[in-house]
Parts: sequence; structure tokens; C-alpha cells
Amino acid sequence: MLKYAIRRMIFVLPTLWAVVTFVFFLIRIVPGGPAVAVLGSYATAESIRELEKQMGLDKPILVQYGNFLMDLCHGDLGKSLITKKPVSSQIVQALPYTLDLTLGGMLIGISLGVPIGILTALKRNRAPDYAGRILSLVGISMPEFYLGILLMYILGIKLDLFPVLGGGDLKNLASRLQHLFLPALTLGIIMTAFISRMVRSSMLNVLGEDYVRTARAKGLHERVVIYKHALRNALIPTVTVIGIYMSILMGGSVLTEIIYSRPGLGKMMVFAVKDRDYIMLQSVIIIFSAFVFLFNLLTDLLYTLIDPRIEYH
Amino acid sequence: MPPISQRALLIRTFRNNKTSAIGVFMTLAVVIIALISPWISPYNPVEQDMKIQHDAPSWAHPFGTDSYGRDQLSRILWGARVSLVVGILSVLFAMMAGIPLGMIGGYKGGRIDNLVLRFIDVFMSFPIVILGLLVLAIMGPGLIKIVIAIAVALTPRIARLARGSTLSLKGKEFIEAARAVGQNDTKIMIIHILPNIFGEILVMGTLWVATAIIVEASLSFIGLGVRPPTPSWGAMIRDGLDQLTNAPWLSIFPGLAIFISVFSFNLIADGLRDISDPKLRG
Repeated sequence: MLKYAIRRMIFVLPTLWAVVTFVFFLIRIVPGGPAVAVLGSYATAESIRELEKQMGLDKPILVQYGNFLMDLCHGDLGKSLITKKPVSSQIVQALPYTLDLTLGGMLIGISLGVPIGILTALKRNRAPDYAGRILSLVGISMPEFYLGILLMYILGIKLDLFPVLGGGDLKNLASRLQHLFLPALTLGIIMTAFISRMVRSSMLNVLGEDYVRTARAKGLHERVVIYKHALRNALIPTVTVIGIYMSILMGGSVLTEIIYSRPGLGKMMVFAVKDRDYIMLQSVIIIFSAFVFLFNLLTDLLYTLIDPRIEYH
Repeated sequence: MPPISQRALLIRTFRNNKTSAIGVFMTLAVVIIALISPWISPYNPVEQDMKIQHDAPSWAHPFGTDSYGRDQLSRILWGARVSLVVGILSVLFAMMAGIPLGMIGGYKGGRIDNLVLRFIDVFMSFPIVILGLLVLAIMGPGLIKIVIAIAVALTPRIARLARGSTLSLKGKEFIEAARAVGQNDTKIMIIHILPNIFGEILVMGTLWVATAIIVEASLSFIGLGVRPPTPSWGAMIRDGLDQLTNAPWLSIFPGLAIFISVFSFNLIADGLRDISDPKLRG
């Protein structure tokens, strides 16, 4: 198992390297160069040179790239162009807010989506199925920032049940959860829609299989057939796409954080775009894709755990 | 799956599938609204009137007025243009890049396929909104730039689908027959493979238009959309967010417009998918 994990990790490293390289060079083709973009086109040649020196942009591009990779391997992401503080420490501060949000959204999505998916598959073409399918279609058609605003307006402002702004105090569990609830519910509802559709269709596929018929024919209780024989197999395709869903959640967290003013990575990224803080932007995007890789890796490992037919090649 | 002509697919969709039919009607309605918005809008969407700032919905202004006293209904009707143009054009661009890429990878195999796969892996590791945001941060805002940004983000997803379908066709007898009579690879891909994978890509295409509309709204919500004062739904929601407590209609109505458009495209996709996957047909 460990061997497989390590091998998979070595396998994704070149792709991660390609991602980092792509972001690095893309940032450096900003019209006029990042320094001009930060200072504006009216900046004096001297101040541009100064900033370029500070950013290391006066060196040849390949030297810059080499230094950047070396620093990255040491966990050094450079300094913010605006606050002049190391980017990595800012990311470490913001990360818990984003992880809380994405994992919370996923947790809500799984705990609502799986039962709804099973129910709609079992009651196929009857009222609960139609209701579930329409609701899930509504869910995937809803931009997360709009759902976020609606929940904020109804549950936060009108009913005043939850705080609507900020991320709360990380050291105080109650405050952390209170501030997490509405944003996580926003992403959770959308995830529920995705997961319930997935579970429904794979459940329908599995229920038509021979082994389900065999299980029924040998007189097993319907509950055993559904939960032990059908569901276990139906969940396999769902688990494989959890990595993709995490990527959707990560994208969704950006807008949700903006709406709820959560000081997470997404908010940091949008501010970096507005401030033209290219070092910050580059770092946050690299961290985001590193997490997508990590979640995909975990999905793969989980996959081998729940489906013993798959061997660690 | 035997090849179905586009027209036959469409007719079957209407006959057998109410979901798709409703989706097609709703989508047509949105498209028509976008086309005739200059004639049906009660007011000029960019005309400001500071005397009627934040007016609640009324007979004169059914969706209220915004922070500059502009009529919300007119702005929403006009906003359909940006959403649809971006949604449809970006998917078309992404198809023009992604289909050839995926077909070449899947058909040629070997080192070329490896390269295509790497490309797909690298670009798929960015969530769509984040890749779009990165591209726009580099190029600056603007309608055509949003189209490019979203197309870049969708291309690897379309390439992956095209590659997969091509792979499954590659071993079929009719492809081997074409090769045996000496047709070259380009010809085989265009004449024999493309028509057979296009139906599937079209089904997903409607789903991607829905995604593209959401991404456009998200990017203009962040402030990277078309330049003001051109009305765009995402930007309208952002402008209304500060006034959520005293003028909730400023965010609620444009959001509803986004939702209805996306929902319509998703309905079509849902119905088409049921037809192309008989196991799931209800």
C-alpha cells in the first residue's frame, strides 16, 4: 500500500512540475511585464527597474526560473509585492479557512447526497425520484455565489440565525463552526446535487446486474441486497469522481469566501488579482493545484481500499 | 452506439423526452429574449437617474432600480446577450481546439497521445474558475478575453472526451477498412471518426454551455467581466451585494436570470443523456 502510494506520488510529480512551470511563465508574459502591471504605465523607468530588481526580474528568465524552483523546493514562495511579507506564512494562515470550507461542503454533500441518490434509484419513476431529480438539477444549475447570497439573506439576515461575515476565531470551536455553517451549507447543497445524481445512476446500473438478481433469488432480505450487494458496488464510481468534485469545491470556495468575507485562499487570490500582486497570485494558484493533486491521490488510494479487485500496479 | 444523425436525434428527443423538450423551449425563450432585448426593454439599460436610486419593484420598474437609478428589468434583458454570447462562443472555441487534440491523441497513440494526456492532466488540475481567473488576470477584462479564458479552461475537458471516444472507435472494423483501402489518417479522422463522436460531444456541449454561463457570471461577479456600464448578470449581483439588507432585489433578480438560463441548458443535456444512455432511460 505504502509502496503504491509512493509510486503514485512519483508519477504525479512531473505533472505538478509542468503546472508550476506553466504558471511561472504565464505570469511573466503579462503585457509590459509584472513590474509595469503593478506600478501602472505612468511609472518612471527607475521605479520599474527597482521593482524588477526586487522581484528578481532583472535576471535572465531561465535564472529566475531556476531560483524560483529552488526556493519552491525549500517551501519559499517569495514575498508579496504589496505587503512585502513572505507569501508562505500568509498562505498558512488562510489555509484552514479554505480547508474547513471544502471539507465541510464535501461532508454535507456526502451525507445528504448518498441517501438521496439511493432513495431516488429505488423509487425510480415515482414521485420521490422526480422530486429528487428536479432538485438535483436545480442544485447543479445554481451558481454557488447566488445560492450563498440567498442563504445569507434568508438564514443570516432575515432570520439572524448565523453570522454572515468573516471566518470566526480559529481557536474557538463554537465560533469557527458558526461562521463555517452558511458557507459550507452553500457548497454542501451544490455537492449534494452532484453526488445524488452520480449515486442514482450507478445504483440503477448495479441493480440490473446479475449478482443482484442472484442475491434476490437466493432469498436474501431486500435490505441486505441493497446495502450489502448493490450499494457497495454503486459507490465505487462515486468515489472515483470525488477528486473531480474536490476540484469543483475548490473553485466554488473562491466565490463563497468572497461572499462571506472568509479570509481563506480564494479571497486571497481575488485580492491578489485586484492588487496585481503577481507573486501572491502565482503562489495561491500553485497551492490550489497542489491540493487538487493531493485529493486525486487520496481518491486513488481510497479506491484501492474499497475495491479489492484493483491491484497496486 | 450506432451513429444517429443530428436531425433524428433531435426528433427523438422531442418525441420521447419531455425534459429535453422543456429545456429546448426554455433555451429558445432565453435566446429570443437576448436577440430582441433592444426592442422589449422598457428603458435604456445604461441611463442613470439618481432620483430613483434603489427603488423597490413597482409597476414602473418591475425589478426595481439599482444604485444609479437604472432599470433592473432592462439591464437583465440586455444582460442575456453577454451570458449567451460568452456561453456559446467559449464552448465553440473550446470544441475547435479540444476535438482535434483529443482525436489526434486517441487515434495516433504512442508518444503523441502521451503528450496530449499530459496537457490534459496539467490543465485539468486547475478548477475552471481559477484557470479563467488566471488567464483574465494576465490579459485584462473584456468580452472576447472572457470567451478565450473560459475556452482555455474547457478545452482539456473536451479533448479528454474526444480522446476517449476516439479510442473506443479506433479498433472498429470500418476504421480498419478505411485504412486498408489506403485513406490517410486526416481523412479517416474527419470523415469516419468525427461524425461518430460528435453526437456524444454535442450532448456534453449543452452541459458545458451551462458551465460556461456560470463561470462567466462568477468572473464578472469577481469584477473581471465585461467593462461597465455594459450590463452583465454577475456584475449586477456584485453591485447589489452591498445593498443586500435594504435592496435584496438587486441581487435576487439577476441571479434568477442566471439560474433560469443554466437550468434550461442543463435540462436539454439531462434529456439527451438519457437518450444516449439507454440503461438510464426512465
